[in-house]
Amino acid sequence: MIALCSKVFQALIEKMATSESASLSKTVKQHYMDLSQGDKVQAMYIWIDGTGEGLRCKTRTLDSEPKNIDDLPEWNFDGSSTYQSEGSNSDMYLIPAAMFRDPFRKDPNKLVLCEVLKYNRKPTETNLRLMCKKIMEMVENQVPWFGMEQEYTILGTDGHPFGWPSNGFPGPQGPYYCGVGADKAYGRDIVEAHYRACLYAGVMICGTNAEVMPAQWEFQVGPCEGINMGDHLWAARFILHRVCEDFGVVASFDPKPIPGNWNGAGCHTNFSTKEMREDGGLRGIEDSIEKLGRRHCYHIRAYDPKGGLDNARRLTGHHETSNIHEFSAGVANRGASIRIPRSVGQDKKGYFEDRRPSANCDPYAVTEALIRTCLLSEEGEEPKEYSK
Amino acid sequence: TETTVRFNFLRCKLGLVTFFQGSVKMATSESASLSKAVKQQYMDLPQGDKVQAMYIWIDGTGEGLRCKTRTLDSEPKAIDDLPEWNFDGSSTYQSEGSNSDMYLIPAAMFRDPFRKDPNKLVLCEVLKYNRKPAETNLRRMCKKIMEMVENQVPWFGMEQEYTILGTDGHPFGWPSNGFPGPQGPYYCGVGADKAYGRDIVEAHYRACLYAGVQICGTNAEVMPAQWEFQVGPCEGINMGDHLWAARFILHRVCEDFGVVASFDPKPIPGNWNGAGCHTNFSTKEMREDGGLRAIEESIEKLGKRHRYHICAYDPKGGLDNARRLTGHHETSNIHEFSAGVANRGASIRIPRSVGQDKKGYFEDRRPSANCDPYAVTEAMIRTCLLSEVGEEPTEYSK
Repeated sequence: MIALCSKVFQALIEKMATSESASLSKTVKQHYMDLSQGDKVQAMYIWIDGTGEGLRCKTRTLDSEPKNIDDLPEWNFDGSSTYQSEGSNSDMYLIPAAMFRDPFRKDPNKLVLCEVLKYNRKPTETNLRLMCKKIMEMVENQVPWFGMEQEYTILGTDGHPFGWPSNGFPGPQGPYYCGVGADKAYGRDIVEAHYRACLYAGVMICGTNAEVMPAQWEFQVGPCEGINMGDHLWAARFILHRVCEDFGVVASFDPKPIPGNWNGAGCHTNFSTKEMREDGGLRGIEDSIEKLGRRHCYHIRAYDPKGGLDNARRLTGHHETSNIHEFSAGVANRGASIRIPRSVGQDKKGYFEDRRPSANCDPYAVTEALIRTCLLSEEGEEPKEYSK
Repeated sequence: TETTVRFNFLRCKLGLVTFFQGSVKMATSESASLSKAVKQQYMDLPQGDKVQAMYIWIDGTGEGLRCKTRTLDSEPKAIDDLPEWNFDGSSTYQSEGSNSDMYLIPAAMFRDPFRKDPNKLVLCEVLKYNRKPAETNLRRMCKKIMEMVENQVPWFGMEQEYTILGTDGHPFGWPSNGFPGPQGPYYCGVGADKAYGRDIVEAHYRACLYAGVQICGTNAEVMPAQWEFQVGPCEGINMGDHLWAARFILHRVCEDFGVVASFDPKPIPGNWNGAGCHTNFSTKEMREDGGLRAIEESIEKLGKRHRYHICAYDPKGGLDNARRLTGHHETSNIHEFSAGVANRGASIRIPRSVGQDKKGYFEDRRPSANCDPYAVTEAMIRTCLLSEVGEEPTEYSK
């Protein structure tokens, strides 16, 4: 009997690929979250760590609600614990960059995306925002807009995709893209919660859909002008991690989470300037694509945090990707590096889609590269240094 | 020691209860066990002026539904407020990867019972890259045909049968390695040994009412875990729109519960009922005094075009229905056309009350549960009102 009971327990635990945290009482938590906080405000400072992919966060109390970014003080943290500095000289600075409403603690509390500076006030290796902002300011008058399509996979805490049989695979791809039904869509709750949280926070989330691989999803952020693209996408990623944490599952931005005949995860980047969006803009689009075609390796290096190594597992030429070694472009062609949407081909204006960026790319690096090549007409393997 | 023994016995009973609950839980998806309390906290967050519009379309199979969402800056008041969109048809069995963009054209809008007001569900037509209708976009032609007979005010009511399956593909509530007792006690039944999965039915009904879908009834069906809902009366193109919307809502409700809705016309072979989509039809003339004559005329025309309708009544040109229309289990035989008052073994049944009042409507019992309602309703209009004959649909110049 006792043996039977422990077998029972074993079976139940095996089914639970969700974290222990997720089974803490949410009713108990709600009681505490309903407590009023007076005039005090909680500001959660968020930054990118030494990996260039990971996000970190810590909170401080403020005495009143910050109305804009200038109301938020600088802060610092221990960089030796985030792969960012040595223990002997570990203080690093957090410089508030973008502020959002906090969908977890709710008003008047804030999420504060920050830049990281080293002890000598120079940007850290993974602070790609500083340079991106400079570049964006150089081309402000061209009004560059971006939209990024963030793909990701939901994993259980066991590292296996959520909803997949624990010791195997689901049926092959085909029925899952935009699917509905318990046998097609795995983990929609996360997607719904994330969408609402982003809307509340003020993140420019413009859509979601289920992706080709089961437990894979996509959300789109945009249209964002200039530096906002990176800010909003990083904020949306943080919110996703936090939502998944609440549900007890994990969001992965790995570009090829399951090898073999399973889709990878990208971050297709849509781009346009004022000129491209106006009548006859197709010419500006084609000019840009031509420039991109001459600088393929430079962009591949900018499009994932490992200089192209991550994308090498994903950009095979199959599963709606282009081959990492070749540059190609085409109207409505999902096997190309650059896709021109059919409606753009017809209207002769609009935008184009760079399908190369990896799901774990740094949007600051991606958007900066597009500006450098297409608008600043840079060439060659190295970014240009500008005096400003 | 007696207390200890009793205590251990209770612990074991609890273990067994948990074990059985665990076993039943195994037939539901992992998604269903994600915390709904957590989800509710997020769904309660205000969304400002932004509106989520979920675009829904029929994929290349002609049976499957797909959906994706976009944010709008304000609440759409009518279908014209909704922009066209597009999607990757190579991932839905609808196009090649090299030329995969397909268009989504909003056709019918409903309130969203999952995300609630002001959010919307938007049923769409699909166009190919060259703006021609996709192969499984049967709405386009149906709408043209309906417009031709508008003045006859055609009404439809469709009785959608379906089976609830676990994620293991076995009917929900059935013993995992066997069968329930034979059919008999389940139709319109009540009780845990008769009705399997009523929660889904109740949730679906309310969701449809909220959404504005014309759901007019539900009942438990003859096979356990099989249910039926009825949509109608709907005029013209609305029948197809409302039935597809009701099907989408059913899939989405089942997803939330962690089970699967199947419209397979014969999910379990042998002495178990199939699933159909009986279609009730009438025109203004049929509904008025003496309308029985028009009913009988229509039935006569249908009798001369049995094969054409069988082709239109499931997505595989009759192959799916071949497993279901055996002449047993309250179906007619697929090879023969028949009609009769109050006869559930006939292709067409005239309700007894209609036989008595000499007016009303009639029921075509041939359509399969996975039929396309646009195809079914169009076929009825073509044969009964446009008096078409033969194996091919007539082409009209408009």
